[in-house]
Amino acid sequence: MSRSPAGPLVTVDGLQVEIAGSRILQGVAFDVPATGVTALMGRNGVGKTTTVRAILGVLPEGGLITGGRIAFDGDDITREAPHATVRRGIGYAPEDRGVFGSLTVAENLTLAERRGAGRPAYDLVHDLFPDLRERARQRAGTLSGGQQQMLALARTLLNDNRLIVADEPTKGLAPRVVRQVAEALRRAARAVPMLLVEQNLAVIRELAQHAVVLDNGRVVHAGSAAELLADRELTTTLLGVGRAAGTPRHGLAAEEDTPA
Amino acid sequence: MNTLVLLTLTGLGLAALYFLIASGLALIFGLMDVLNFAHGAFLTVASYAAWRTAEAVGGGPGLLAALLIGTLTGLALAAVTELLLIRRLYGRPKEQILVTVGLSLAIPALVQSYAGADSRTFPVPDALSGTVGVLGAQVPVNRFLLIGAALAVLVGVHLLLTRTRYGLVVRAGVEDRAMVSALGVDVTRAFTLVFALGGALAGLAGVLGGVYFGSVSPHRGTGLLIFGFVVVIIGGLHSITGVAWAALAVGLVQQYANYYISGGFGDIAVVILLALVILARPTPGREGPLAALRRVTRPPAPRRAIPPGGTA
Repeated sequence: MSRSPAGPLVTVDGLQVEIAGSRILQGVAFDVPATGVTALMGRNGVGKTTTVRAILGVLPEGGLITGGRIAFDGDDITREAPHATVRRGIGYAPEDRGVFGSLTVAENLTLAERRGAGRPAYDLVHDLFPDLRERARQRAGTLSGGQQQMLALARTLLNDNRLIVADEPTKGLAPRVVRQVAEALRRAARAVPMLLVEQNLAVIRELAQHAVVLDNGRVVHAGSAAELLADRELTTTLLGVGRAAGTPRHGLAAEEDTPA
Repeated sequence: MNTLVLLTLTGLGLAALYFLIASGLALIFGLMDVLNFAHGAFLTVASYAAWRTAEAVGGGPGLLAALLIGTLTGLALAAVTELLLIRRLYGRPKEQILVTVGLSLAIPALVQSYAGADSRTFPVPDALSGTVGVLGAQVPVNRFLLIGAALAVLVGVHLLLTRTRYGLVVRAGVEDRAMVSALGVDVTRAFTLVFALGGALAGLAGVLGGVYFGSVSPHRGTGLLIFGFVVVIIGGLHSITGVAWAALAVGLVQQYANYYISGGFGDIAVVILLALVILARPTPGREGPLAALRRVTRPPAPRRAIPPGGTA
């Protein structure tokens, strides 16, 4: 955290992405401030994951950035190789968790250790997720969904990162696990700014200071997370949340989320 | 009994060759999705380099020098191919196939124009040209060289994959390449390494093939490559030991069928083995072999009677 808090950490400007010929992002523009948690929100299929993957440089097969610019701390990273972008100090927990199922838990973590990113913070990781220490020799493919998500997050916490990007880390998890993951995110966010794709409004309420809402491949709202969540009309129109935010259905105690 | 011993040890020698070829193919395809049809051409060039070296040096030291030169030739050829050609074609399978098939045709033709179409006798040192009695069978000594080399490679590759960071990158990359790079790892370096390693193993197979067959020829590599692909398909991409078992099965089946059924039937037997393995392998969304067997052996469900006036 040696940079001046004045400039944004990530700037996305006019980003256009096509996947297999169909235009997914049509000029997405927003900033990720250098402090706090920025929530990237929106209904299913509006381009949240595509935005995140474009920033990291890991668009799916047939994906192409056709316009716009992405900058990290002022440097253009639009067409940079993913490993080079990540080495700038980004920890990434993808939507599908990206855990290597044939490798053990310990091997998954070892692979995530980056040279020049400080001493791997195993103390922090094992403190947050004691399961991972107990299951170090277990193949990651045999872990439960919640444990795999913990492993995915642990990989982002292992290094000294300048930004953590987490794509729907609470999706499909049981309420108890959602609380554990949210707690880990909260502790991580104390030290590192975060770009968080999330649909669980209670998690956003607890963690996020900034909110960016996508719809149909464009940013339709950007501002304070608290103000957005307080505005019942806005959340209803932008996010398609039928009931007021924070009711049990979207609370931390929500029942198992069914993937769309 | 002694025929069986001879056939088995000869089959094991052949299996060793197949393993050396297939392990490189499997690693390359598993990590990079590249079907390297030029793999056999690497083997051929390496075998000629080894033949030249063995002729020039002669005797036991000649073979040692040939093993070294052959392996290095395969390694260098593969590394150059990856850096100059394959690297530009990641994610473009059609172009990759065109380029590697082109190499697999062009390189043996070049070798042929240089050394002639006829096979050349590979000088084998006296210590390896004799036979040794095993359980009453007279087995050529060189079979043990091949088996020993394959076992050493098996152990070496296994250790590389399980004990080193490169191995970790390769194993993870076989599963999800994009995620490996999203952890900050430069996967292209692992690509070059794996391609070069595969080339080195093909080169080693070229030298050992020269010893096994007693000769080198321009199209040896292409012929062996087919069996390399068969072994990869049977053994799968996920473990080097799987490749080793498959090589063993293919080598033995080929030898036994050639002797016990009829000369030349070995190749057909391998194709039959391949077909059986493909049919028996359970695929997601399709009934596995055991389930199919159970269904077939269960008494048939009552069928609707054939309507009167039917063909019956």
